[in-house]
Amino acid sequence: MANKDGSPKGGASKRIDEPTGTEFVGHEWDGIEELDTPMPRWWVWSYYACIVWAIGYVILYPAWPLLEKGTEGVLGWTSRGQFAAEMQTEADRRAPIVAALASIPIEKLPENAANMREAISGGAAAFKVNCVQCHGAGAAGSKGYPNLNDDDWIWGGDLKAIETTLVHGIRWGGSRETRLSYMPAFGRDGMLTQAQISDVTKHVMSLGENGAANQKGAEIYAAQCASCHGPSGTGDRKLGAPNLADAIWLYGGSRAEIEQQIYAPAHGVMPGWKDRLDPVTITMLAAYIHSRGGGEDFVDRTAKEGAAAIEARPETGAISDEQR
Amino acid sequence: MSSADAIDWTNPAKKQTPPEPGPLYEKRKAVHPQRIDGNFRRFKWLVMLITLGIYYITPWIRWDRGPYAPNQAVLVDLANRRFYMFGIEIWPHEFYYVAGMLIMAGIGLFLVTSAVGRAWCGYSCPQTVWTDLFQHVDRFVDGDRNARMRLDAAPWGPSKIAKRGFKWTIYLFISFWTGGAWIMYFADAPTLTVEFWTGQAATVAYATVAILTATTFILGGFLREQVCIYMCPWPRIQTAMLDEKSLIVTYKDWRGERRGSVKKAAKNPEEYGDCIDCNQCVAVCPTGIDIREGAQIGCITCALCIDACDRVMDEIGRPRGLIDYATLEDCKNEAAGGTPKPILTTLLRPRTLIYLGIWGAIGAAMLFSLGVRSHTELTVEQDRNPPFMLMSNGDVRNAYTVRLRNMESRPRDMEITMSGLAGGLMWSDDMAREKAARSLTRTVSADATRIVRIYVVAPAGTASQPFTFTVTSLDEQREQDTTEARFEAPEGTP
Ligand code: SF4
Ligand code: SF4
Repeated sequence: MANKDGSPKGGASKRIDEPTGTEFVGHEWDGIEELDTPMPRWWVWSYYACIVWAIGYVILYPAWPLLEKGTEGVLGWTSRGQFAAEMQTEADRRAPIVAALASIPIEKLPENAANMREAISGGAAAFKVNCVQCHGAGAAGSKGYPNLNDDDWIWGGDLKAIETTLVHGIRWGGSRETRLSYMPAFGRDGMLTQAQISDVTKHVMSLGENGAANQKGAEIYAAQCASCHGPSGTGDRKLGAPNLADAIWLYGGSRAEIEQQIYAPAHGVMPGWKDRLDPVTITMLAAYIHSRGGGEDFVDRTAKEGAAAIEARPETGAISDEQR
Repeated sequence: MSSADAIDWTNPAKKQTPPEPGPLYEKRKAVHPQRIDGNFRRFKWLVMLITLGIYYITPWIRWDRGPYAPNQAVLVDLANRRFYMFGIEIWPHEFYYVAGMLIMAGIGLFLVTSAVGRAWCGYSCPQTVWTDLFQHVDRFVDGDRNARMRLDAAPWGPSKIAKRGFKWTIYLFISFWTGGAWIMYFADAPTLTVEFWTGQAATVAYATVAILTATTFILGGFLREQVCIYMCPWPRIQTAMLDEKSLIVTYKDWRGERRGSVKKAAKNPEEYGDCIDCNQCVAVCPTGIDIREGAQIGCITCALCIDACDRVMDEIGRPRGLIDYATLEDCKNEAAGGTPKPILTTLLRPRTLIYLGIWGAIGAAMLFSLGVRSHTELTVEQDRNPPFMLMSNGDVRNAYTVRLRNMESRPRDMEITMSGLAGGLMWSDDMAREKAARSLTRTVSADATRIVRIYVVAPAGTASQPFTFTVTSLDEQREQDTTEARFEAPEGTP
């Protein structure tokens, strides 16, 4: 095939594009042909500059994978090092908050809205690391693991009581001050017959207005149970005896479950955290759990106070509230 | 290709002799546009004055927004995620206004291009404006075209070094000023200026100024038309948006050819056209091209060649408009002896009218929604883990994270009310449950969002059902926003 002007295609005499006077390179796509226009010289210089940059980068930063590990780069940069530096920056930012939380007795914590807020957000993070395994990500617990969102507290639900539970645990061998309570195994140890257990179960269920009263059961209850759970079943927080007259049952509220609990009670164990977490983290955890909606002895922070506390942090300004 | 009727109007250049094989890489050919005066040049001055004026002055305009918001008329407050523009304040969740502005800018570009070609490139593109500015600096320091060409060719000596040093200093000063003005849009301008000169400003401010100084210096001072021809994607896109009805700068070769000097033309008027081959149109072109070779990507449609040629035509007593704004359609008509369409018919045709309509509709819609938008907003997010909670007295509790937005630049009291959900009460995490009620009031700081965790409790036996939260601003505006929420309860609650 020949070109329009009769010269052979390709080869020594290449075709020239008429309007620009530039040679074709010989490629064609759908009738569009490429011209052999020279590159601008600044472009090739930019290209060289990129190469120089790349060489500098390879020298400064980790680059070449070798057999055992990669080259390290003269700057000594590592992603772990960068992470550590960022963690340190965050620790430095939090240092004053941590110091403040360490010096405030936990009962006084709610008096300062900003401190309380920091404690709650710190506690939320610590909860996700240490507590969700038993109490669940939403702190809703499950059978045998108390729900921390509700208002039912076996050992007390103010900040101080929660903190004590966190520090010493429940039935935890690691602390002499641990929360300790045991309920006798009335069935397994032969203290009550099966019929008696059945009767007392009916009575216990009637305490929460869930079933008819039962005379025999009431008598057994008065003799065996009232000393700990109280005559009307409202429990005793000093002894860790659960409230039997409310709607919440740690080991289930069905008749069979209650009978089982009287026959041979299960006793959950919570580890104390005093040896594993620092006091500030425990304080923050207590604040977080207290804030889940069931906290007791609440210090009412009015709307105005809250707003004032927010405005008192000009360095973060309006956004501080967004991040709360 | 011997007869005129076979001319391809998009590229009517002549056949050229094949050159020797060229270099692989080509040095930039210096462009030394000559000073010119005329209608288009004066229009270009005006556009330059306005655009540069807007760019440098805007951050210094003050706008009183009271004690709770910045007093800068135009401010992109990245740290607090707010965008202020005179009386308008844009929040991050209202980013669609910015998107709308970008769409309008895009359609505006389509509109202008389809009507008058690459007018954006020729007059208001920053690269064009700053290149123009730097070319005036060249003229100021080195003199006009001929003097500059002579100086370029001259060997380096004390006078050339001094001139170049002086010129580049001015370049640098302009570049620095350009970078400096940019950062003023992102912080309070007077404060930032003081901080900048006392070494207190953020690193990013210095880095931004350094980068913009460097890019302005290099792109405006040295690369100039190379940016338009090799780096910028717009010429390609804009070329694709032109059609045969768009006005572009055109050399009317059916009138100009064959070129020849005044003398030759006077001797042989039959053989010669109006172009006297004086090269004035090439001399004034800021991208250094010859428009007589036809429409080409290097032409930014600045029309300076029109000014130049019109002067020449005046001098030799020929009608103006040998180089003129014309459409390809007009070209064909005129070459065939017809007359071009009236300008209004050219500008107002279906394509431009459709662009104009879309552009106007988006603008009107945005203005309308800006006008009616509420400065009080509420969003509600329900706790999912757990979805509901049994309280010790058998009540069922749900938890919600409620965000109150106060988009006014003063603190406001806001009342949250619940409706529906018979027997339901609510309280929040900063108050005791005993005070639970059907509504509660919180103060929201100026221009801020406040997050309130709200617990809603309903008596045992309440079924899952929707209900609503309403927020009302407790000021004379009494703005309201309502959101539907859902109350979850255990199935078959006794
Ligand atoms: S050819 Fe004319 S319109 Fe095009 S860039 Fe040059 S001077 Fe401007
Ligand atoms: S300025 Fe006009 S007359 Fe002079 S060369 Fe250009 S087109 Fe021809």
